[in-house]
Amino acid sequence: MKKFLIGLLALFSYSVKAQLLKDVSESIHGNFEVDAQYYNKDTAIGAPIVPQKILSNGFGNLNYIRGNFSAGLRFESYNPVMLGFDPRYQGTGIPYKYARYKNNFVDITAGNFYDQFGSGMILRIYENRGLLYDNTIEGFRAIITPLKGVTVKAMIGRQRVFFGLSPGIVRGGDVEWNLNETFDSLMAHKKTKVTLGGSFVSKYQTNQSPTLNEPENVGCFGGRANINHGGFNIYGEYAYKINDPSYVNRYNFKDGQGAYLTTSYAGDGFSIMAAGKYVDNMSYRSDRDQTLNAAMINYMPALTKYHTYLMATFYPYATQPNGEMAAQGEFQYHFKKGSAIGGKYGMEVALNASVAYGLDTVNLAPQNDARQFHYYVRSLRPGEKYFHDFNIEISKKINKKVKGTFLYSNQFYNKDIIVENSSVNIYPNIKTNIFVLDVTYKYKTGSSIRFEAQEMYTKQDKGSWAVGMIEWWPVSKFFAAVVDQWNYGNDDPSKRFHYYLFNIGFIRDAVRVTLSYGKQRQGIFCVGGVCRTVPASDGVALTVTATF
Amino acid sequence: MKKIMASLVIVILCCTAFTFEGGKIPSVTIKNLDGSKINTSTFSNNGKPIIISFWATWCKPCKKELDNIMEDYADWQKETGVKVIAISIDDARTMPKVITDVKTKGWTYEVYLDDNQDFQRAMNVNMVPHVFLVDGKGDIVWSHNSYAEGDEAILYENVKRVIKGEKLEH
Repeated sequence: MKKFLIGLLALFSYSVKAQLLKDVSESIHGNFEVDAQYYNKDTAIGAPIVPQKILSNGFGNLNYIRGNFSAGLRFESYNPVMLGFDPRYQGTGIPYKYARYKNNFVDITAGNFYDQFGSGMILRIYENRGLLYDNTIEGFRAIITPLKGVTVKAMIGRQRVFFGLSPGIVRGGDVEWNLNETFDSLMAHKKTKVTLGGSFVSKYQTNQSPTLNEPENVGCFGGRANINHGGFNIYGEYAYKINDPSYVNRYNFKDGQGAYLTTSYAGDGFSIMAAGKYVDNMSYRSDRDQTLNAAMINYMPALTKYHTYLMATFYPYATQPNGEMAAQGEFQYHFKKGSAIGGKYGMEVALNASVAYGLDTVNLAPQNDARQFHYYVRSLRPGEKYFHDFNIEISKKINKKVKGTFLYSNQFYNKDIIVENSSVNIYPNIKTNIFVLDVTYKYKTGSSIRFEAQEMYTKQDKGSWAVGMIEWWPVSKFFAAVVDQWNYGNDDPSKRFHYYLFNIGFIRDAVRVTLSYGKQRQGIFCVGGVCRTVPASDGVALTVTATF
Repeated sequence: MKKIMASLVIVILCCTAFTFEGGKIPSVTIKNLDGSKINTSTFSNNGKPIIISFWATWCKPCKKELDNIMEDYADWQKETGVKVIAISIDDARTMPKVITDVKTKGWTYEVYLDDNQDFQRAMNVNMVPHVFLVDGKGDIVWSHNSYAEGDEAILYENVKRVIKGEKLEH
């Protein structure tokens, strides 16, 4: 019977294609990535023993588009998952598949989808394949444009948790209204652009606690506004969540709320940006007992500079969903070509500062009740300090062949809170001073050498580190690189290791193959707002990615 | 479940067994820097080629590439009429920086926000930087992942070849 149905479906689709839709554009595209690593035994650096010797992560996407219709799927396989990722990613399957129809009025998806409401403070369904983050919803979604400038979204389904689904059901709706598009004749050419939005999300999960009266339906709602006027932009969002005891908030019945405001002004060659955020008990998951990054419904990104240099990201920060207030400011200036400071080729300077504190709370004694409240917020003053990063980055092209970037960053890191998720004081706060020099020398068209020298001074944790890197592109299709991270400041002289890594890579159009050999140091890895320690490793790794 | 998947695969294969093209730009809704929406299938350049560059504010090679193209962009436009569309895949964390980076750098490209990564997914972009070259008829004819100093020269050679109607390796 099933074979018959499949055959019928295939025949039908073929005949439809042959007869009706001849002039509709059609394509099939996809991408894939396979990572595999062979692990050497290296107990000195603390690398765990891998009994399988080889671990691999891989996925392949296939998307078919025909006019307004599209369908696709993703195959994933972890045999088993590589070190550093959540070990619950085990096995092989097709956790993502969808069929979608979209025209100017309606956009309907059956199957898996990704979406976000506003900045994601109450709902953000997304994937980051490199970090193995995927909280896709499997269900239905409709996006309707009933009126020019108005977008209405409605969705229902269950979230992916590894190769299964979360026990909770997620329902959500969102309305976004772009006033300028609606009032075309009045506002279309006005310089001031206004967008308003409002959303509601609710999750359902049965009460499973023998002692607590866990709420089965938990709602969360929010509103937002964006105003743009030329180079000026302001965005604000507020969200409120009703009682939602969970593993992450230690089964606290307190309501949650979050607020986010960011504003910027960008002129010709300069810009200024300021942002602030307040988060109180806003962890929101479709499975209240889940840990790490699984079954997260919302997204609260850290309000800090997104560094890419190894030492500047040594101690990364993630928003503390149980309570945080944070602020960030940035000033950028582009000294023009030909100016006194800019010289012949110009120069860019960026000053950035970010801070994060806990809330000023008062703890409550346990109550003799099936609903437990753990604290109240006493004032809007900052509580315990979690993080800061004050940094300056200068980029300059010196001549036709040489350009460079200098970065200085001063950071403060509360390891107990950020990594251990504990208010008990075990580790000292880590204070670092980081210097980076990155120079590219282009010796002929398509050929270049890039050097990086980095230094991180600290008296805490594992002490100071130095990094040296050379990346050579003899032709633009091939590169070879060597990096050495040296923990020269470790208090224990026997642990002053060199973590060297050799890398070669080939790129041909949209295909990239890289091979690396060497050691990875233990590090802190933040995904989906959760930071954790990933182990050191030693071995040979191969990565192949392609888009077609 | 497995049977459903098998049938889906069969349907897809049946539909595509007969034609296999580079394809047009898929229809995805993304945002302008001022918050208004635009459908990516409406990207056009009066019959001239379009370069679509996926980038992010935190991606150093992406910004290097776009900076380097910017130095020659006026000449490129004069000679070939090519247009660069820069698609930022920044999410809520870094999205406010898109507008400040673009203005500070003085990029004159069309810049859009793909903060939900819908367009990135539809174009099967694995990592940034990733550039696509679209010919005057709206067909995607070439794409390239990653950036090395000097890659913009190869990109521009390809733009000129597309205008001459030469076939590019895909």
